[in-house]
Amino acid sequence: MSPTANSTDTKIPLSDTTVTRKPKDYKSSVSPIWCAGCGHYSVLAALTRALAELKLMPENVAVISGIGCSSRLPAYTRLFGFHGVHGRALPVAAGLKVARPDLTVIAVGGDGDGFSIGGNHFLHACRRNINFTYIAMDNEVYGMTKGQASPTTPSDWDHSKLTPHGTGIPALQPASLALGAGAGFISRGYFGDPKQLTNLIIDAIQYEGFSFVQALSQCVTFVPEQKHWKERVHPFNSNDISDPAHTAADIQRDDGFGLGQIYRHERPAWVPTHHDPDNTKSTLEVMEKTFCI
Amino acid sequence: MSSASVSIAIAGYGGTGVITTGQLLLTACTKSGYFGLAQRSFGPQIRGGESLSLLRFSTQQVLSADDTYKLLVLLDTDHVDRFSAEVPLDKNSLVVIGKNDAGVPDFVEKSGAQVIHIPLEKLASETSDGGENIVTAGLLACYLGIEKSVIRTVLNDHFKEKPSLLEQAKQWLETGWNCAISAPDRLDIALSDATQKGPNWLVNGSEACGYGALKAGIRFVAAYPITPASGVLEWLAPNIEELGGSLIQAEDELASINMIIGASFGGIPSLTATSGPGLALMSESIGLAVASETPLVIVNVMRGGPSTGIPTKSEQSDLNIALHGLHGDAPHLVTAMLSIADSAFTTGWSVFLAEHLQVPVITLSDQSLAQSDASITQPDLWQLQPERLTAPHSDAPYDRYALTESGISPMSIPGDEDMMYVADGLEHNAHGTPSAASEMHASQLSKRAHKLSDYDYGEYWAEINGEGSHVIICWGSVSSVAKEAAGRLTASGTPCKVIALRLLAPLQVDAILAALQGAEHIVVVEQSHGAQFMAWLRSHIDFPCSAKSLSIAGPLPIRPSHIIDSLMQTESPAQEIEHVANC
Repeated sequence: MSPTANSTDTKIPLSDTTVTRKPKDYKSSVSPIWCAGCGHYSVLAALTRALAELKLMPENVAVISGIGCSSRLPAYTRLFGFHGVHGRALPVAAGLKVARPDLTVIAVGGDGDGFSIGGNHFLHACRRNINFTYIAMDNEVYGMTKGQASPTTPSDWDHSKLTPHGTGIPALQPASLALGAGAGFISRGYFGDPKQLTNLIIDAIQYEGFSFVQALSQCVTFVPEQKHWKERVHPFNSNDISDPAHTAADIQRDDGFGLGQIYRHERPAWVPTHHDPDNTKSTLEVMEKTFCI
Repeated sequence: MSSASVSIAIAGYGGTGVITTGQLLLTACTKSGYFGLAQRSFGPQIRGGESLSLLRFSTQQVLSADDTYKLLVLLDTDHVDRFSAEVPLDKNSLVVIGKNDAGVPDFVEKSGAQVIHIPLEKLASETSDGGENIVTAGLLACYLGIEKSVIRTVLNDHFKEKPSLLEQAKQWLETGWNCAISAPDRLDIALSDATQKGPNWLVNGSEACGYGALKAGIRFVAAYPITPASGVLEWLAPNIEELGGSLIQAEDELASINMIIGASFGGIPSLTATSGPGLALMSESIGLAVASETPLVIVNVMRGGPSTGIPTKSEQSDLNIALHGLHGDAPHLVTAMLSIADSAFTTGWSVFLAEHLQVPVITLSDQSLAQSDASITQPDLWQLQPERLTAPHSDAPYDRYALTESGISPMSIPGDEDMMYVADGLEHNAHGTPSAASEMHASQLSKRAHKLSDYDYGEYWAEINGEGSHVIICWGSVSSVAKEAAGRLTASGTPCKVIALRLLAPLQVDAILAALQGAEHIVVVEQSHGAQFMAWLRSHIDFPCSAKSLSIAGPLPIRPSHIIDSLMQTESPAQEIEHVANC
């Protein structure tokens, strides 16, 4: 197809409900570089299962990433993808979605990519509320560079040669940050519960606006103790996920392992103001006339 | 006695509105059939600092400042030392001091210029305080020989949006006009009759750049505010909407460059505009666009550097970062706008090249172009729409980075059935799958280089004017100065040629050497301290004769006389780089 800029009329359907789709329809034949037992396999599986359940046509989905183990994900899909530079997945996704609102856009990446080098973009994606989904695969460590502390690493984790005494800095709370920055959809899934994670991703994609899924995804190589996460996860405890004041308190009371929908608030997704010109040539001529004497 | 060209500077402090005076006079002269140029110079203050309107009116098209000013109007004499160097005066100059109690500044005294006291402030206050800039417009319009009805109409148009001020403004204008009538011989600045066909466009460099972008097909812009690039963005914001496109104000330049990468990946021709500090922040991601072969246009409006430098004043010192700022072997295009008039064409051509060659194009403007208005003959515009090589649907696996003869690979866009691929900054094979294999690296590096080096850029790589054994080589905004210098030299019996480069990378070596045939004296002109352009030329070209470097740092403009002096000073040792101190 040949899109016109920002065309909102979708000439081709985004999904085809007449066809049965399987997760493998969305997977490429490229073998992941991930270690055996890496949580990211499960996130990839949940993502492809979500796309299959939504019956989205692969060519209408774009997966955007930065740098890191999890950011390798687009190559393992049979979708359009952009594997960019470290920390910048969210602006690439934002630009693509604004220019091509007909597409389903999903940004993926790790905790270092999203909350450290790309932290500013995370804040502004939350407040800008462009309609795309961000799945942050959080394993509390930089895996690709061989095991350094990330913003979500506990302050006393002293297994990195770079911070031999631990970071001494409290771990960042992505959900709290997202809420403060104005995100309308905040959820947390766990690689060990792929069914719930799939459902959270489906909800996120269907949400009209910026949707944030923090996917706890273990690093077997550098933080093997994360295998005990399965004993720590629990449903996120809240009796009102639509009230930001409530949610702020709920997030603070939570230990970071509460799973499920954390916050949901419907507000219009941001779309730029523009007009579909009847005639580009005459619109340009009008502009040119402003220079004429 | 009337003149074919008159240069006037009007200086004020504390929000006296001298830029408005300049705009009124430029519009009035333009409507009277004269060509004109209105440059601006500001201090660093957000409001109320010193500001300078630098005007030149002529019977011919003029796109550069002259050597000296015939007239300087000082509405205020506070802090004149801050801009005195920007207004060269000589004994033929006239200086009007518009404040009753103000003394004659030292630099005026030293120049030998004739000082004339006209109580502009007091004249304005007869109506009400604060209108001395409009009084000045009336005064100067009369002395320039503009019809009274013309300047009146221009004033009416200017105050269309502020009708409550119009009556007052009319009185101020009248006061200024009558003041001139009462002493008709006081200021000898009358313009000769506008005989030839006058200008038909009044535009500034930012508008021309923005219009060139939209006309050539740009429909997505993301950018972060920065001086002096914001004017391009502020023009684009309302206009791109009218064409169904979008502009996003990003959170920083890291975001803006990546937003346009995303939009371009989506098939929409995309652009950002920034200045040196922003370009530095974007460098990593411009490299991503090189590796992923994503078409982009980056307009870089240069200002004094390095670091925060001199944000409000012009310099051509971002050439090095534009050429060399990317890590790895990252071939890309660097183009330059040669004048206010050329800004639309060069931007349009840059859009076309980016899309056609699937490459980022850094196109260089500068403060002296982007923040100046000029009345001109409508310039040539780039006429073609972007033609990105699309990928035809095929059942065979789609290789996004297929090795082709031209090096340009067909590019699918999201939505193309069965044509999915992952764009990647990692080195990749022809399909797009990451690969660290040496042969993949070699073949992909080679395709990305030769798609640019083998392309035929046609005649657009430079503007070449005149013939002669004296040759000026230049680029960007100094080209207009060079053309004026060459015109004067040719008229005085030294035929002179100007080679003004619009395409800086890849450097068109064979074409430059062909253009240099017969050259016996060469001067390479640029506005940088480090002779960046000279170094770039020397790294590729053996000049056929001695070549001098005239390399002057900003913020002061290079003037025609600098170039003439440098070219005609034959005693300088050959091949010696001559830095002209900026004092």
